[in-house]
Amino acid sequence: MSHGFRHLLDIESLDTREIVQLLDTAEVFFDVSRRRIRKVPTLRGKTVINLFYEASTRTRTSFELAGKRLSADVVNISVSTSSVTKGETLLDTIKNLEAMHPDVIVVRHASSGAPHYVSRHTRAGVVNAGDGTHEHPTQALLDAFTMRRAKGRLAGLVVTIAGDIAHSRVARSNAHLLTRMGATVRFCGPRTMLPAGCETLGVEAFDSLPRAVEGADVVMMLRIQSERLGEVLFPSTREYSRQFGLNRRVLAMAKPDAIVMHPGPMNRGVEIDAEIADGAQSAVLDQVEAGVAVRMAVLYLLAAEAGQSPLS
Amino acid sequence: MDADEITRALRRMAGEIAERNGGAARVALVGIRRGGVPLAYRLRVLLRELEGRDVPVGTLDINLYRDDTATANPSPVVGRSDLHFPIEDHDVVLVDDVLFTGRTIRAGIDALLDYGRPSSVQLAVLVDRGHRELPIQPDYVGRVVSTVRNERVDVVLDADDGSPDRALVLEAASGDSGEVRA
Repeated sequence: MSHGFRHLLDIESLDTREIVQLLDTAEVFFDVSRRRIRKVPTLRGKTVINLFYEASTRTRTSFELAGKRLSADVVNISVSTSSVTKGETLLDTIKNLEAMHPDVIVVRHASSGAPHYVSRHTRAGVVNAGDGTHEHPTQALLDAFTMRRAKGRLAGLVVTIAGDIAHSRVARSNAHLLTRMGATVRFCGPRTMLPAGCETLGVEAFDSLPRAVEGADVVMMLRIQSERLGEVLFPSTREYSRQFGLNRRVLAMAKPDAIVMHPGPMNRGVEIDAEIADGAQSAVLDQVEAGVAVRMAVLYLLAAEAGQSPLS
Repeated sequence: MDADEITRALRRMAGEIAERNGGAARVALVGIRRGGVPLAYRLRVLLRELEGRDVPVGTLDINLYRDDTATANPSPVVGRSDLHFPIEDHDVVLVDDVLFTGRTIRAGIDALLDYGRPSSVQLAVLVDRGHRELPIQPDYVGRVVSTVRNERVDVVLDADDGSPDRALVLEAASGDSGEVRA
């Protein structure tokens, strides 16, 4: 029998069995998206609300397609952060949505912990689609799905994640998932962008990209957020690119069959050279394809539980 | 049914499939996971003996098409379907071990049609135990067995422990030690 998923709020609280169940279920939905009829009737009559307090095209579209390919009714709500007062207004929003009986609410919010807060005020299943600098669990799942398909396993892989690690919920969720599944995770970035206490996450820290990439099975580049350019974290885009950008020379340090990943959107010429982004080793579009499958699996597993439990 | 009875029933069913479809040239077998899959492969072997050709075999997981996902808790484990051949030009024989309420077959037909539009869809089952809840009838039957609603019918094929193939009716509530009636 399968394990019941009430919410998907973070990777940190998942055990290996739950992670494997999510990835295995996603394999089934991966096949569905490649069929001629890319839709199954499974969530007919269920309602999914995408509640996005942060700009997102890829993730929102991915969740929307996932819901629609499961035959759920999907409603998108985009709220610009500037127009809300955090806390009370979020609670009011949730109370209003709750009155419309959604089965799953997908939340993206600039505040770490917002989806957890939402989950305490709704009967719906809640999916964290990215909260502040905390976690982005479906991104980590789709990354793991992509790695597993490319490499046949997760255990024993060496995965280098490079960029603004300290501010990255993608890096954090990936570190939790990959270390739990037996992979070796290396974080790499300027010292100002590496979080304190990498050891507690079970990862190795590097401030040299060539050294971090050496012998890697997977090289994952993170977007350098333009809003942080010119800040004290690093002097200039060009200098960042020279030291921490992935180019052919650096990638040659990795295993010959290494794959290159990026959660997008990419800054070509900053953290990744265009020839690498479009090259034979790039798995960037595989990640996007995996995203729909993984989110279908998450919605499927949550929707079955939704509405069964009383409001806590 | 013991192993010999199962084999004889399947051989007869293979003959009926070939007879009804004018040979096996356009026949495809699709086993419903999981009980129907080994039966589909056995029917292929028997059809090869009769007709001298291998028909395509696919597998179908119907869990995404169930009519009780809204109430099933926790959600059922879904498996992969494998239909690697175009079903458009085929007379597709759905294969399952036990036909009971008919709901699984309804889901199987819906799942199948999402892969294309076969020339026809037929149904082969090893055991028809009655108690239909939908208007679905098999085209090929190994054996009709009258059962009480809450009895269980177990079909064991290719058991891991090497025990012989068999189809059993187990009395309700007596579990695996139940009296064998078929």
